Amino acid sequence: MLSSYLTMAAILFCIGLYGALVKRNAVIILLSIELMLNAVNLNLVAFSKYGVVPSLTGQMFTLFSIAVAAAEAAVGIAVLIALFRARGTVNVDEYDEMRR
Amino acid sequence: MDTSFSQVAWLIPLFPFVAFLLLLAFGRGQRTLGVLLGSISSFAGLVLSILVLIEHMSDGTKYYQYSFKWLDFDGLTMNAGYEVTNLTALMLVVVTLVSFLVNVYSAGYMKGDERISVFYSYVALFSFSMLGLVLADNMLTLYIFWELVGVCSFLLVGFWFSKPEAKAAAKKAFIVTRIGDAGLLLGILLLYWYMPDHALDFVHIGNVFDGQTGIIAASVTTWIAILIFVGAVGKSGQFPLHVWLPDAMEGPTPISALIHAATMVAAGVYLVARTFDIFQASQTAMDVVAYIGGFTAIFAATIGVAQNDIKRILAYSTVSQLGYMMMALGLGSMTGGIFHLFTHAFFKALLFLGAGSVIHAVHTQNIQEMGGLSAKMKITTWTFGIGTLALSGIPPFSGFWSKDMILNTALHEKPVLFAVGVAAAFFTAFYMSRLFFLVFMGKPKGEQHAHESPASMTIPLIILAVLAAASGFIQTPWNNTLGTWLTDGAEKEHGGAGIVMVISAAVGLLGLYLGWLVFVKGTIARDAISSRAPWLVRLLERKYYMDEIYEALLVRPLRGLGYLLNAIDEYIVDGLVQLVSGTAVWFGRGGTRVQNGQIQTYGVVTVLGLIVLLVALVGRRFW
Repeated sequence: MLSSYLTMAAILFCIGLYGALVKRNAVIILLSIELMLNAVNLNLVAFSKYGVVPSLTGQMFTLFSIAVAAAEAAVGIAVLIALFRARGTVNVDEYDEMRR
Repeated sequence: MDTSFSQVAWLIPLFPFVAFLLLLAFGRGQRTLGVLLGSISSFAGLVLSILVLIEHMSDGTKYYQYSFKWLDFDGLTMNAGYEVTNLTALMLVVVTLVSFLVNVYSAGYMKGDERISVFYSYVALFSFSMLGLVLADNMLTLYIFWELVGVCSFLLVGFWFSKPEAKAAAKKAFIVTRIGDAGLLLGILLLYWYMPDHALDFVHIGNVFDGQTGIIAASVTTWIAILIFVGAVGKSGQFPLHVWLPDAMEGPTPISALIHAATMVAAGVYLVARTFDIFQASQTAMDVVAYIGGFTAIFAATIGVAQNDIKRILAYSTVSQLGYMMMALGLGSMTGGIFHLFTHAFFKALLFLGAGSVIHAVHTQNIQEMGGLSAKMKITTWTFGIGTLALSGIPPFSGFWSKDMILNTALHEKPVLFAVGVAAAFFTAFYMSRLFFLVFMGKPKGEQHAHESPASMTIPLIILAVLAAASGFIQTPWNNTLGTWLTDGAEKEHGGAGIVMVISAAVGLLGLYLGWLVFVKGTIARDAISSRAPWLVRLLERKYYMDEIYEALLVRPLRGLGYLLNAIDEYIVDGLVQLVSGTAVWFGRGGTRVQNGQIQTYGVVTVLGLIVLLVALVGRRFW
């Protein structure tokens, strides 16, 4: 059972990674990052149930990380809105301040 | 032990060296300092040399040698030092005397030149090197000075470096003599290798080779002698390395007199005389020296007949006379070679300085454009005439005695070379009479404001004329002073000189008379030969096409090889370097393209790196 959960999490993670690296829309990138986070959460839950030493600690951590992810998403959205106001676009190709 | 002048002989080369240093430091912009320093230093050297010579002429041997340790490696010690023998004492006087006179003469000749002080500093450096060469007590020291005179020759031939011909001539002189120098260096190395204790000084060399004790194998001896002779061939303009000497006439005329007539080109003869024991130990080497010398004598003399440049005629004459000296040495007569060197230094320096005086007056070097100068330039005409007679071997002038001695030796040793020598003497007399009559007799040609040269130029001419006339009497068939003095009477004397004297005088007179008939009286038309055999005249005029042959056989292939090597360097070596640097640049370019400020690109790179890492880690398991 464990391997199918892990496979699922890996697929989810890769989709998220693909979205984060390839998509041009900043909102979709944020969503993709959430996807990757959730893949990790899925892993934690899977291990807490079917791991070598099953315990509830993994699920507790998952709750924590969901909370942290929500906070992070809120911050991300806030930054994004600020950026959108400043630059008038959500296209990440035009965010190249790092080069200057 | 009393101090003798020979003990302070090391001062002689130092005088001009100090003059050189002073001129180097303070000469810039000075016009009279060079003349002053050059003349004073060379005069001081002359006085000391004469004192040394007198000391050596008096009874009792005054041989002096001093050397110090110069370099000391493990098991390899190099000495440097000086040695005063009778031969070096004589050479010292010749060199300092001609050097002094040329210094004085140049005061007039180079007066208008703005680099006169540079000129004098070069001349001083040359005198230093030449005197060092003469005094050197071992082969290595000699070789150092040998190269130094080569450098000075290069500098002075190319003194008027704005003239392309002068530049080319300087390069040619340097490169051609370098070929000879390479031979000399190999000879020295071979000698070093085989000498007991690796001694290179002349005393040891003399001891080892003189005894014929078989310390060094005969074939090795021959090789050493021939390699040393190669050096002499290069320096003394012997066939086939003579081609640089006529071209070297692009230098100022006093230089031609000093370096390319009297002293430096005689260094080859001096070198052979100095290492004469090695040559005497190998009959093959002696034959090579004799035949090369004899061939050069006749070869250059015939070329001299067809040249039109006054200095080139004299240059070929120098080559030819140096051939005589080599021939004498090769025939075993060191006295003959050195005697001819001695007289030749005076009359050839005289002829060159006279030619300089003529050039100074008429501003051309082509003898076809000169004529009738005897009316305007009395001193030059007379002194030049004496030089001509001396070179042509007319008794009682000096050239007669030395040439006679060489011919006499040749008759007894190798009659073939006697015939060659007589023929060369005839051609010599003929081209000298042609030169003399065309320049000084006949009608003046063109608009010429010829005038006698200033006293600073005529006085050296007069002194040299006296020497050219009289210096032959130190060695006559009846009076073997020089021979006894120079070789301790060890050399074989050849009696029965009467017939040789008659022949050599007759041949000289015949040459002069023929020249007179052709160029003054006109009994024989001037184009008598050129109309019948134009190819012959052209052959001589083009110097037997030696330059062309070298161009085709050596210069072109070498240049081709040069281009090939250059291409290898440019495309293969440089290509490799550029490949390396290009790769780095290419990586850099790629790197900058990746660093575009887009976080996503960075992310991709990171993920790729991670994948590589994972593949490496996981893949390790499979092999």
